Amino acid sequence: MTEQVLLDVRDLRTEFKTGRKQSVTAVNGVSFQVRSGEIVGLVGESGCGKSVTSLSIMQLFRNTNGKVTGGEVFLKGKNLLTCSEKEMRAIRGKEISMIFQEPMSSLNPSMRIDAQLIEAIRLHTDLDKKAARAHALDMLGRVGIANPEMVLRSFPHQLSGGMSQRVMIAMAMCCDPTVLIADEPTTALDVTIQAQILQLMRKIRAENDTGILLITHDLGVVAEMCSRVIVMYAGRIVEEAPVEELFACPKHPYTQGLIASVPKLGSGVTSLPSIPGSVPDLSMMPEGCKFAPRCSKACDRCHKEEPALFDLGGDRKSRCWLHESEQVKSTKKEAAV
Amino acid sequence: MSETKQPVNPTPSEFMDDPVLQNRSRTREFFKKFFQRKTAVVAGCFILFLVIIAIIGPSIAPYDPAAYDYSAIRSGPTAQHLMGTDEFGRDVFSRLLAGARLSLGSALAAVIVGAALGTILGILAGYYGGILEALVMRSSDVLFAMPDILLCIAIVAIIGPGLINVIIAVTVFTIPSFARIMRSATLSVKGSLYVEVARSLGCPDSRILIKHIFPGTVQSMIVNFTMRIGSAILAASSLSFLGFGADVSAPEWGAMLSSGRNYIGVADHLILFPGLIIFLTVLAFNLFGDGLRDTLDPKVK
Amino acid sequence: MTPLLSVKNVTKTFPAGKGMKASKARVHAVNNISFDIYPGETFSVVGESGCGKSTTGRLVDHLLVPDSGEIWFNGQDISKLSEKEMRPLRKDIQMIFQDPNGSLNPRMRVEDLVAEPLLVHTNLSAGERLKVVHELLQIVGLGAKHARRYPHEFSGGQRQRIGIARALTVRPKLIIADEPVSALDVSIQAQVLNLMQKLQQDYDLTYLFISHDLSVVEMISDRIAVMYLGSIVELAPKKELYGNPKHPYTKALLSAVPIPDPTANREHELLQGDIPSTINLPVGCPFQTRCPRCTEACKQKPIEPRDLGNGHIVSCIHIDD
Repeated sequence: MTEQVLLDVRDLRTEFKTGRKQSVTAVNGVSFQVRSGEIVGLVGESGCGKSVTSLSIMQLFRNTNGKVTGGEVFLKGKNLLTCSEKEMRAIRGKEISMIFQEPMSSLNPSMRIDAQLIEAIRLHTDLDKKAARAHALDMLGRVGIANPEMVLRSFPHQLSGGMSQRVMIAMAMCCDPTVLIADEPTTALDVTIQAQILQLMRKIRAENDTGILLITHDLGVVAEMCSRVIVMYAGRIVEEAPVEELFACPKHPYTQGLIASVPKLGSGVTSLPSIPGSVPDLSMMPEGCKFAPRCSKACDRCHKEEPALFDLGGDRKSRCWLHESEQVKSTKKEAAV
Repeated sequence: MSETKQPVNPTPSEFMDDPVLQNRSRTREFFKKFFQRKTAVVAGCFILFLVIIAIIGPSIAPYDPAAYDYSAIRSGPTAQHLMGTDEFGRDVFSRLLAGARLSLGSALAAVIVGAALGTILGILAGYYGGILEALVMRSSDVLFAMPDILLCIAIVAIIGPGLINVIIAVTVFTIPSFARIMRSATLSVKGSLYVEVARSLGCPDSRILIKHIFPGTVQSMIVNFTMRIGSAILAASSLSFLGFGADVSAPEWGAMLSSGRNYIGVADHLILFPGLIIFLTVLAFNLFGDGLRDTLDPKVK
Repeated sequence: MTPLLSVKNVTKTFPAGKGMKASKARVHAVNNISFDIYPGETFSVVGESGCGKSTTGRLVDHLLVPDSGEIWFNGQDISKLSEKEMRPLRKDIQMIFQDPNGSLNPRMRVEDLVAEPLLVHTNLSAGERLKVVHELLQIVGLGAKHARRYPHEFSGGQRQRIGIARALTVRPKLIIADEPVSALDVSIQAQVLNLMQKLQQDYDLTYLFISHDLSVVEMISDRIAVMYLGSIVELAPKKELYGNPKHPYTKALLSAVPIPDPTANREHELLQGDIPSTINLPVGCPFQTRCPRCTEACKQKPIEPRDLGNGHIVSCIHIDD
């Protein structure tokens, strides 16, 4: 692997206070890496902790009772979790940027686009207003906006959803960050617009060698965009694999069920296998493997003991007792050192 | 859960042990939130205390509130007369206790009737719109444009003085505030999906109004109710003070204040204690209403 | 076979803007659409946001009244009925909504929610109603013990099951399902779709299924209408539509769907630009502003739908080349 590791998340743990002495763990022991020029998919259903993971990386917990309580997040060797809020402010938008699901509500409705874009640019560079404006125009052109001058003069409500998401991407990319976190960037958009935005993100990755963490629930988007996929369930990573291998032979029973339950266009099926039950509530987690109550392959051990994320070699990992025997020994060696 | 379960086609037993299903009580949550608001809780206790007084007041009063005692006229607070006596030697403390029933009762009666009428008008106006809405809202605007107390005086001037007429006057000026609040609450509930669903199910208007719209607006009504009681007490007392209300000899708080004003500087306790109790009561209802509103409003945490 | 539902040349517009600003401009939500739904089939309306698919569902359910055109249900034109005249017919048309949260009155218990259509349309006693409710909760995969709970105690998928149970209580002929699974997670989505298919067989239901998700539509439908800017641009049986799409918009739409298979051919026919506003519809083909094959002829006059046989109807003048 020659690509440089840009983002290295190690054993991240995030808790939310729910009462005076109660808290729920939304993200539990999550570790992964994002390398340069790579799109990593983070998939899972609602409440699996994928969005909280991105907020933890960005340290965006203002006004919520969430708190990162363990682990490390290295961005090019610098631990973000030990940074002060002031240091983080300098890093956010410059080194690591984020785009959100709702492009419309991510923009300030009372400010014109130019004011917001120029503000974002001048926050991290020492360009003067004129130069910043020129840069903003250039950025809008690069995200495929045909008439950037007009868009710059608009208010957010005058733009369509696809257009606002392009503006958000331009804003996120204006300081050429090394890592881009995209949290469900196309979920609120129509399919034909989604295809445009996905193509734009591929172009950005190719041009800038940006490492992209793409958070989504849509396995179709994952298959189209990502080179590596991390599957989360109930706050934990349950499987990690290169995209082709994940779809060709998913290891974890949850991943298998998830892939099977997605209707595939053109497959002609009229009935889908589904995963019974629903995602466990964070405050009432089952003992043992968190997926065991819904798993068709669960045995006694699964209900009592939670499996570790076994390293199966070749970028593959699975959190299931079925794959304990397949794990590569090197992890144990590392542990010994 | 069983291991043999078929993942295809959900079986009826599938959700039986669903951990998502929780038993969360709305009432418990409400009280938990409300008790975090200390001022509102204190105000609530005071209101409760007043209500108890209004019920049992006359029987615990040390003296007959109407009994004259010419040996102690306009005496200041003493061990015998805790809050002193008035110009006829009647015990102020006993009169205040007895007056709680009159003052609270008349305000409550006025607000209940006003709230009922205003709520019906507001909900109908909000639900049906059109001419009815225009009529209700414009007449509310007209009533709103007049100062409360002036409106009451005008009404009492027309229908004559007396406690019952004061209640009617206060009722009239309570109606528009309810009509207005209930109309906007109705509009927001009417826009919600479940009301559209009720229509699509074929529910008649009467059922939609009673079963779906009204329960959704009842929170705004309760909050406004507590707030209006404060102003109703104030208005009723003011009218009595101005001589339009209860019989001057009745132990109504406003009337007591009114007869006491002749002795300002001579016997200050005659206005101090009735004034204080009116002030505290109105304040308590307003604070309680504020707390209730904040608790019921899901946007305030 | 006579159709259960027949929509004939229906148009619905809304005033653009609100209150004093409401000018003469109108939003053309649905523009001269026609389709038939036969008993026992699943007819889907698919399209992107603002294409008029939800308005279509609400028109059929008589929650909206069309500006012009006719809607025949079970041999009766319902488009001109008053709300009161429509009420008894609502027994036969029930609706399932996208947002299972908002469509259930949060202050009512599940048993009252599910029993509501029975209360309105039948003379059953309270005990009989409760029996039906318990039976139906059982059928949709919930238990009788859930009957006394409130909607907020359930997950999204469970709430949708409650909505389905409610729609079923009066044994309707037609169920309009407006995006019933788009608010649900994929694994739950499959559960609900399977349930809907099973119920269709057990109860002889006819579905009008409204969705933006072409993969879901393919799975559940018999025939599909593709809408764009208030018009039906293509209508065909499932196999025809997915195997042999004719309209450029249908082709682009199908090609834009991400396939959950990394080895799949990923040659996208990318559409340029955004969906135009529905306030001032262009003359001629609604798709002209984004269509790669648009010519002058497309902008001259409204495009007449053409029947290609096999129930495949397309509104495009370029299908022969």
